[in-house]
Parts: sequence; structure tokens; C-alpha cells
Amino acid sequence: MDRLLEEIPRFFNYYNMIFIGQAFFYTTAMSFIGCTVGFAAGFGLAVMRHERIFRSLVLRLLAITYTEIFRRIPFLVKLMVVFFAFQLSGLEVSMFTVAVTTVALSAAAFASENVRAGLESVHDNQWDAAEAMNMGGLTALRRVVLPQSWPVIIPPSMTYSVGLVKSTSIASQIGVLELTYAAKVMTNKGFSAFLCYGTILVLYFVLCFSLNRFAAWLETRLDPTRHRPA
Amino acid sequence: MTQLVIDRLSAAYGATPVLQDVDLTVERGEIVSVIGPSGSGKSTLLRVLVGLLLPVAGTVTVAGHKVDYRSRRDLRAVRDRIAIVFQQYNLFQNMTALRNVTIAPTVVKRRAPAEVTAEAETLLAKVGLADKTKSYPDQLSGGQQQRVAIARALALKPEVLLLDEVTSALDPELVGEVLDTIRLLAREGMTMLIVSHEMGFVREVADRVLFMADGRVVEVGRPKQIFDEPQAARTRDFVSRILRH
Ligand SMILES: Nc1ncnc2c1ncn2[C@@H]1O[C@H](COP(=O)(O)OP(=O)(O)O)[C@@H](O)[C@H]1O
Ligand SMILES: [Mg+2]
Repeated sequence: MDRLLEEIPRFFNYYNMIFIGQAFFYTTAMSFIGCTVGFAAGFGLAVMRHERIFRSLVLRLLAITYTEIFRRIPFLVKLMVVFFAFQLSGLEVSMFTVAVTTVALSAAAFASENVRAGLESVHDNQWDAAEAMNMGGLTALRRVVLPQSWPVIIPPSMTYSVGLVKSTSIASQIGVLELTYAAKVMTNKGFSAFLCYGTILVLYFVLCFSLNRFAAWLETRLDPTRHRPA
Repeated sequence: MTQLVIDRLSAAYGATPVLQDVDLTVERGEIVSVIGPSGSGKSTLLRVLVGLLLPVAGTVTVAGHKVDYRSRRDLRAVRDRIAIVFQQYNLFQNMTALRNVTIAPTVVKRRAPAEVTAEAETLLAKVGLADKTKSYPDQLSGGQQQRVAIARALALKPEVLLLDEVTSALDPELVGEVLDTIRLLAREGMTMLIVSHEMGFVREVADRVLFMADGRVVEVGRPKQIFDEPQAARTRDFVSRILRH
């Protein structure tokens, strides 16, 4: 305990703060960019495979194949595949890009499935009515079906995003300077593991907690019944 | 003038035939009531007409134009002319009654919102729902929902209105309200195809009655003919059953 107290001022010095701050930034950026891009792509996949919107069998098969494969591969394996794929392609990219790409690919597969389930939770008769009134598939999606799907789509998406934030720690394996990697470096510098991992634990918590708050806000924001008088 | 010609129309869900060689000609302003046992294909007939189910054979001619249900242009055109009120109403659950009525005219037909809203309010008043414009479908009774669905269909200014089971899902005291609306439309000369088993109403409002069973037309005639002197045995059975009911 005394050793711990004695370590604290040294641990929280300016350079270490910058270092951990940077790691926090990378974890956040990796999660944020990966999830945003991934969810947008996954949303596109779910729309592509929906028979009331697009009638192309090829699009549907492509979307389903991607979703079903990528949903089932562990994060670490995906990370390695992306890493070697970039190497093979000869593109010189940072490890950070490799990690963000992996997060995005994972989120896309999950979102595709999750959005599909959300769209399917809306009764077919809503599509029928829209179609009978000459509403196009995308208009019906935006005006009728999606507003009713959000309550099904958002909660699992947010749970998944929190899971992904945690998975980004695996990127330390390929040397991305993110929170877990920073903790390793700090322990190697001789600081106690308790202090190092305790610090990043707090930071992971801050990140995931903010995400949960955001989810709660989004849920009320997109609640189709929100305009109703009580 | 002839508004609608259905000629040897057949349709199927997968491999199960649901409509077989259905023939019907409807004059402009005419009201034809479709009756028949549950599962006889009445809803399916209406769905085929608005292009929600592709026919496997036969033709539909609307206002002199033969409809190719595979062509997007024809689909758009036919849906501009024919509006449907579904058996389950199919109101958009995320919209108020008023929005349900205004959405297609504003979003699909791109008409001016102010003008459309004024029209929609008039229509909702016409079906007796002036005080329910801000209610959501799940805050309305079945009869009220059905009348919103009728207002929504009318906002599209159709030439032909298809009404599926306009009375069966309603409490007896609500039947009156919906039927009043339909009588009003009848007086205004709207062409209608009405699925209804409300015998008194059908007698009063329909010009002709079409009796269907197992996806086929069994008999077509004046209401008096169908109800009082049915020719086919199946019609007699069915009519006596709903009369006793
Ligand atoms: N979506 C569907 N898929 C498969 N079969 C259906 C579907 N809708 C209706 N059917 C079948 O088609 C037949 C006719 O149904 P329907 O047109 O709804 O009859 P009605 O409106 O006269 O009660 C029934 O046998 C019914 O089971
Ligand atoms: Mg029916």
C-alpha cells in the first residue's frame, strides 16, 4: 500500500498522462469510427437484403453471405485476417487502420443482422399499405418502417458497441497504442499492475458509461411515441 | 363507361391456387359487393387488383388500359386510380390519423402540405373523426381506425375504391358510422368493390353482388337475385347461413 501511494505522483506525471491520454484517444477513436462506419455499412446490408426494398437476388446473397460469415468469426481472427489482407494488398497502413477496419467489419456484420431483425419486427401490412399508395421502398423504409424499428434496433446495438469497445483491447496484440497496450507499457516501466490496470479500468468505464447514456438518449429521441400527449 | 374489367384472372400463393378464372366487369359509379366464405379469395382478389400479388393468368383492364403488373409504370398508374382499405386497416402505427391521411399526397404526389392538410381535415370530418386527427392508431377503436383508413384512401382521389370487410371487425354500433360514410360515397358516384357480409347494407347499397367460393366466381347478380333467388346450390347454402346468423 505504501509503495502504491509512493508510486502515484510518479505515475500521474505529465508524460505518462499524455501517453495514457493518447491511448484513451485511440481506443475512443477506434471504437467510434469503427462503429459509425460499421453500423452505416451494416444498415446498408440490411436494406440490400430486404425483399420489400430491393428485388435483386445477387445483392441479397452477397449481403447474407457477408453477414453470416463475419458474424461468426472471433475478433482476434478477424484482426489477423485484416492485417494479412492489407499486407498482401501491398497497402502500407498503420496498425490503427487495421484495427479500425476490423471494428468496422465486425460492427457491419452485427448491425446487418440486428437491423434486419428490427425491420422484420414491423408487420408486413405496413409495407403493403405503403406500396399500395405508390410509396417507393426506400420512402416506406424511412417514413413508415424505420421509425417503428428503432426500439428493436437500438438496445442490442448499444450492448454490442460496448462489447466492441472492450474488444478493441485485443488490438494491443498487433501493437496499437490503445488503453490495454498503454497499461502493459506502464507495467513494464515498473509501475504496479494494480495502478496501471486500475487506471485504464476507470477509463474503459467512462467510455462505456457514456455510450450507455448516449443509447438512453437515442432511445427517447427515436421513440415513435415521443410526441404523444401523456 | 366501363371502369374495370377482370378477365379470367388467376392468382396463387406459391403453389396453392387462390383465384381461378375470375371474371367481373364494373361500370363507372357502380357498386359491387363481394361475398363468400372465409378463405374464398376475396382479399386476394383486391390485393391482385392493386398489384400486391402478381396474377398468374388473366387480365385486368382499368379505364380502358390493360394493366401489366410487371411494369413499374403500369403499377404506378393503377395505384393512382385504385385505392384500397385493407381488412386490418394497415394504418401507419407511427403516425397520427391526420398524418396517415396526408403522407401519400405530400410525399408521393408532392402536393402542397397546407392544401393537403386542409383536405385531410375535411375528409376526417366527413367520416366523423374531426376530433381524432391527433390520435395514433392504437388510441383509436377498430371502427375509428377503419374510417381513418377510408379517409386515407379517399385522399388519393381514386376512381375506384376497394373496401375489404368493412363491417365484420366492428361492434354493431360502429357498423352504422362506417356504413354512413360508404353511403355518402355511393351518392357521390364513386366506383366501389366492397367485401361485406352485412346483408341489409349490401342490399341497400350494392348494384350487384358477386358470390365467390374456393377462388371462383359462383354467381353474380342483383342483390335481390342473389339473396332471394340464388341459382347455385353453394350460393343458397351460404345465403341461408348468413341470414340465420
Ligand atoms: N399471405 C398468404 N400466404 C399464403 N396463403 C395465403 C395468404 N393469404 C391468404 N392465403 C390463403 O389464400 C386463400 C384466400 O385467402 P383470402 O383471400 O384472404 O380469403 P378471404 O378474404 O375470402 O377470407 C385462403 O386459403 C388463405 O389461407
Ligand atoms: Mg379477407
